[in-house]
Amino acid sequence: MSHHLVAAEGLRYRYPDGTPALAGVSFRIVHGESVALVGASGAGKSTLLLLLAGSLLPQEGRVLIGDFPVTPSTLPAVRRSVGLVFQDPDDQLFCPTVADDVAFGPRNLGVPEEAVAERVRTALAKVGAEALAKRPPHRLSAGEKRRAALATVLSMDPGVLVLDEPSSGLDPRGRRQLIAILTAFTHTKVVATHDLELALETCARTIVLSKGTVRADGPTAELMRDDALLEEAGLERPASLRRCPACGEGA
Amino acid sequence: MSRVGEALAGLDALELRASADGSAQALDARAKVGVTLLFTVAVASFPAGAVSPLLPFVAFPAALAAAGRVPFREVARRLLLALPFVLLVALPAPFLDRTPLPGALPGVTAGWATFVSVLLRFALTASAALALVATTGLIGVAAALGALGVPRPLVTQVVLLSRSLSVLGAEAERMERARDLRSSGRRGRELKRAGSFLGTLLLRSWERAERIHRALLARGFTGSFPAPRPGRMGGREALFVLGWCGAFVLFRLADVPSLLGRLLVGGLG
Repeated sequence: MSHHLVAAEGLRYRYPDGTPALAGVSFRIVHGESVALVGASGAGKSTLLLLLAGSLLPQEGRVLIGDFPVTPSTLPAVRRSVGLVFQDPDDQLFCPTVADDVAFGPRNLGVPEEAVAERVRTALAKVGAEALAKRPPHRLSAGEKRRAALATVLSMDPGVLVLDEPSSGLDPRGRRQLIAILTAFTHTKVVATHDLELALETCARTIVLSKGTVRADGPTAELMRDDALLEEAGLERPASLRRCPACGEGA
Repeated sequence: MSRVGEALAGLDALELRASADGSAQALDARAKVGVTLLFTVAVASFPAGAVSPLLPFVAFPAALAAAGRVPFREVARRLLLALPFVLLVALPAPFLDRTPLPGALPGVTAGWATFVSVLLRFALTASAALALVATTGLIGVAAALGALGVPRPLVTQVVLLSRSLSVLGAEAERMERARDLRSSGRRGRELKRAGSFLGTLLLRSWERAERIHRALLARGFTGSFPAPRPGRMGGREALFVLGWCGAFVLFRLADVPSLLGRLLVGGLG
């Protein structure tokens, strides 16, 4: 068994106001896989991520993290192994300084104080944010906030990293740094994104969601060339896989 | 910057001072919170019309603010903001209590003494609280309260409140800006629109709070904030606590200004 395994079996979820979000989603992600979750807005990506992290509980079907189904009694173990990075870093950063925020998770896990300091250093170093340690999070730039938010999750040493739209609001350099950080993370990753270039660079496998169901599941490079599929899912072929408009080469 | 934004930045500026270098900032939060609480009790314990015995208490907020390099102007501005509410409480006194004060100028009644006393107490306690926040930070104050035995749920409330203020403020600032940009010259602040503005703000902050709560849960939050590194209660803290407690007892038991006055008059005579 591996606690890095993530599986969904017949997941269904409907919001309290009746809006259906997921209508029977199944997949299995094994240790070390990087999976992009793509689909138009409203396809159910964010809901699926919240279900994977145990922030929502499925109304039908189940989520497996390692060999545990996600239930109220397994939630503490699930939260230990799944690190969820929210779409808006402002939702995630809560403490007076970045260092306090990065220490928040490990302290909740009961990690001794000396080890917490070490984890904070390592996590900030991983995202290149050592210099931000003493800054108040709400005064950072979008790129800095994103890196800080990532560090708050990395410090918990999760086996599975789950990210919601990690490149939204980033400038090209910030996005480039993010891709480098994501590539360096070798555990299991699930990345929900509209940024198909990012998906192409960081994830070998892609799951296409459409209207709350899995429309396709396969190698990213292959799915991103399937124009009919992308069109149907409200997406379009990434620029790097198109013919060059100037010379007509590529693709 | 919008008005909400300005208020928010002001609040932030006060908090930011807590992470600056200063001898008051370096003191353990528990010592500062404890002494401020005692100060408040001492100031509140005087009889209704006390004025001159209260004056020496100015020393504590003044010293704390000075040691924390908190500018007098910043404290005074915030006192002015709260002044209307205090005036509302204090103003009836001169009309209700018209007993003449023995030995005072004609027209100065016990009611006026109460009025001045209430204002003075407000200025003393509020400036002490502001100096405390500016040298310790709200989170530091909350942690100290927890360490001093205040129940965890209350401490968690203070921490969440301090963070929610900035979250709510930022939300309001964005909405205010969006509204101002589309109110084509008119201020757009009519009363009838205030209702829907506040309603939307409530709903938006509610959703925001839900997302923040989820993010907290995802990082193992179990309902109370983990106690931060315990500070050190050393010699400086002992000196701070004992020194000020001694001073408060002296100020409370002896009427220092009249003693000084008598000394001065006696010396001259």
